[in-house]
Amino acid sequence: MTETNPLSEGLERLPVVPTTLVIFGGTGDLAKRKLLPAIYNLAHEGALPERFNLVGVSRSDMPHDDYRGMAITAIRAFSRTKPDEAVLEKLLDEIRYIPGTFDDPEVYERLGATLAELDASAGEPMARTFYISTAPEFFPVIVEKLGEHGLNLNDRADVRIVIEKPFGTSLAEAIDLNRRVLEVFDERQVFRIDHYLGKETVQNMLAFRFANGMFEPLWNRNYIDHVQITAAEDIGIGTRAGYYDNAGALRDLVQNHMLQLLTLLCMEPPVVFSADEVRDEKVKVLHAIKTPEKIDEMAVRAQYSRGVVAGVEVNGYLDEPGVPEDSSTETFAALRLEVDNWRWAGIPFYLRTGKRLPRRVTEIAVVLKPVPHMAFGGQNVPPNQLILTMQPNEGVSLSLGAKVPGTRMTIRPVNMEFLYGTAFISQSPEAYERLILDAMRGEATLFTRNDEAEAQWRICDPIVSHWESHPRRLAQYPAGSQPPGVADRLLLEGHKWRAI
Amino acid sequence: MPTVNDTVWREQDTTPAAIEAALREMLIERHAESEFYVPARVLNLICVVDRDWSGEIANRLRAVGRFHPSRTIVCSVSPNRSSLDAIATVAASAHPEPGSLALTRETVVIDVGARHIPHLDTIIDPLVVTDLATMVWAPHGHWDAVDALRGMSQIVLLDSVDDPDVAGALRRATGLLEDRNVVDLAWIRSAPWRERIAASFDSPARRLDLVRIRGVELRHHPYSGAAGLLLCGWLTSRLGWKPAQLTRPEPGRAEGTVVGPGGEVTLTLQSVPLDVPGLSGITLRMEDGSSLSLERGRGGLRATRRTPAGVESSWTLLGASRGEGGILGEGIRQALMRDEIYGPALRATAGLLA
Repeated sequence: MTETNPLSEGLERLPVVPTTLVIFGGTGDLAKRKLLPAIYNLAHEGALPERFNLVGVSRSDMPHDDYRGMAITAIRAFSRTKPDEAVLEKLLDEIRYIPGTFDDPEVYERLGATLAELDASAGEPMARTFYISTAPEFFPVIVEKLGEHGLNLNDRADVRIVIEKPFGTSLAEAIDLNRRVLEVFDERQVFRIDHYLGKETVQNMLAFRFANGMFEPLWNRNYIDHVQITAAEDIGIGTRAGYYDNAGALRDLVQNHMLQLLTLLCMEPPVVFSADEVRDEKVKVLHAIKTPEKIDEMAVRAQYSRGVVAGVEVNGYLDEPGVPEDSSTETFAALRLEVDNWRWAGIPFYLRTGKRLPRRVTEIAVVLKPVPHMAFGGQNVPPNQLILTMQPNEGVSLSLGAKVPGTRMTIRPVNMEFLYGTAFISQSPEAYERLILDAMRGEATLFTRNDEAEAQWRICDPIVSHWESHPRRLAQYPAGSQPPGVADRLLLEGHKWRAI
Repeated sequence: MPTVNDTVWREQDTTPAAIEAALREMLIERHAESEFYVPARVLNLICVVDRDWSGEIANRLRAVGRFHPSRTIVCSVSPNRSSLDAIATVAASAHPEPGSLALTRETVVIDVGARHIPHLDTIIDPLVVTDLATMVWAPHGHWDAVDALRGMSQIVLLDSVDDPDVAGALRRATGLLEDRNVVDLAWIRSAPWRERIAASFDSPARRLDLVRIRGVELRHHPYSGAAGLLLCGWLTSRLGWKPAQLTRPEPGRAEGTVVGPGGEVTLTLQSVPLDVPGLSGITLRMEDGSSLSLERGRGGLRATRRTPAGVESSWTLLGASRGEGGILGEGIRQALMRDEIYGPALRATAGLLA
């Protein structure tokens, strides 16, 4: 009876160990918009641990009460469920706030004392989850200070650290950050977050592939002609010029989210659905992608210029506030990759992402090979396409050839469509709700492992380096238009981009 | 400006075929109005209600919010009616956002007579969406209708606390469970309690206490004896206790002793005044004199742990009340997820009543 908890069997929400969650960057935008509302929603649903404490650490100097007030305002503004005042009050009743700079030893002394006090109040040592949602330059500083103050380990309870993206801005930085993190924490304690993996639709890709026998026989180079992965946004960079101009489209979306989609699409079925089995398979896919060499043949970039979106004239990238007028940061990137393994050899994978495109859509289009012989009078019938849409309307659509009603045998493509929103009653939790809960549980399947982060960078780093060493005026595309023609350069004969 | 836009069809002395044709026509009409209108395709819900009380059930269904079934068919029963009258509605958001879906919900209200009940399946079968799971709910006790729909429904929604005969209600649920999935709202109301009790014993150290439980004291709403019994049944089935019949020394109180792997455990159920249906509190007493209590409170359940030396500590297990609308919505959501521990808990509960 003591090996497993017989009472937890069959429960929809499994117990989580009593935990104190410490948010570094507790007054930041991410904390206000995502983390605090996610924590509230977990409380609302009754999904937080039996005992739960929240501690904010940030540079702003303010008393506990002001921090509580800030948290209440943020939750009221951004929670997906209307807050229940009693739950909100109880959640934040004992919230603590520690002001200070992240390199200040006193912050960690006060944090240690606060954690000890909370343990004493609970009458038992509580697990500790440190969530680092600061600017990336503070990641190693915080990790090292936690280590110096002995907060990285606790003999009597689990200690975990969640690290936000970006995990480095180059391969060298990712390797260095991994080294510094792993000098203080064991890999099992480290949860590198990519919130894309917390999205239900991304997880649904695994269900789609591995719970349906009908697709597996087709899921290889014998039947698939090519794959297009698109992550398009209709918005510009807004007020994020400081971040975006240093990052660009490739670092912002390709290195993490889009490569995650690619690995989930291409991975072999894991023996069991456990963290290391799943991540082993994903890393194998990344290792099978050749390190890019002839960059100009497999990657292109562009920038949006002044244009019209939804009938409104908008700035070009170089006119956006805070962007240097000679910036060569790309707002559109497209790649052609190959996964060199038995299943996928020879199949091009086209990836593209950009801002100020005609609409917001994230999708994977799997284009099948044409039928070997078309018996219907030489009609040019497009091959079948399987479209997995992540946003905005999550679903799966399969294009099929069908006869147009009438006396002639005319074939045209029709869509067989499945929309998740029509088939499930449940509301999907926010990605951060799922991921915070998983981190507190120590469930790492939906987090990026150290070798995975480095393998992602191994693919993107040569492209980033090449582009940085060749600054120039980039190809332009008018805001609100289809992706720039420069992306056509990547296409192999007979292929064409799907319209966005 | 209205937020919901309804298309309505009605006919007196109608037939199932006419109703089905009207629904089909209305769905085509809605889709032609806007491509964003998409029919939800999750679940059929058949409600069999007394005509005089159908308004109350309509209100409860409205309160489930987004957890609505795709197609709801309400059979409103009048004792002497001989013909069928029907109103069919296809409702959707009046202002679908461009680029997003607006799910339609379909409701059919059919006035039927008692004489129709034995063959209700012949009226309902053409009206359900094929290949979707179908759930039957008879909140006013039309169990003959539930039997008539046996062949076409996979799930029965019930609320064990609705029936003053607790033993009879639980026996009925056990019988239904033989060939259908049962969603019991009394069981759903106990879910937060079960989750919190499980969490309280989840650490390896606390897990040892499970064999040291010597007493369970459960407090419940006067009409929620079934919910209390089901929670005791759950503990009994999960912890390997041997069920034994409870006695009723006084009205509103039941007690007895079961035998577990660690020794005897006394069970006490006491009805207490409470504003809402369900459980009020539970105390688990250990052999060393320590105890854990959970009480319904503001912002969640209030937990109190007492050490053998009598030192107490209290905290709140956060969670918002779902309200009765939320409970029904949760029942509809649970219809598609078979709860494998309900059956053993129900059988153990039957053992406590034997």
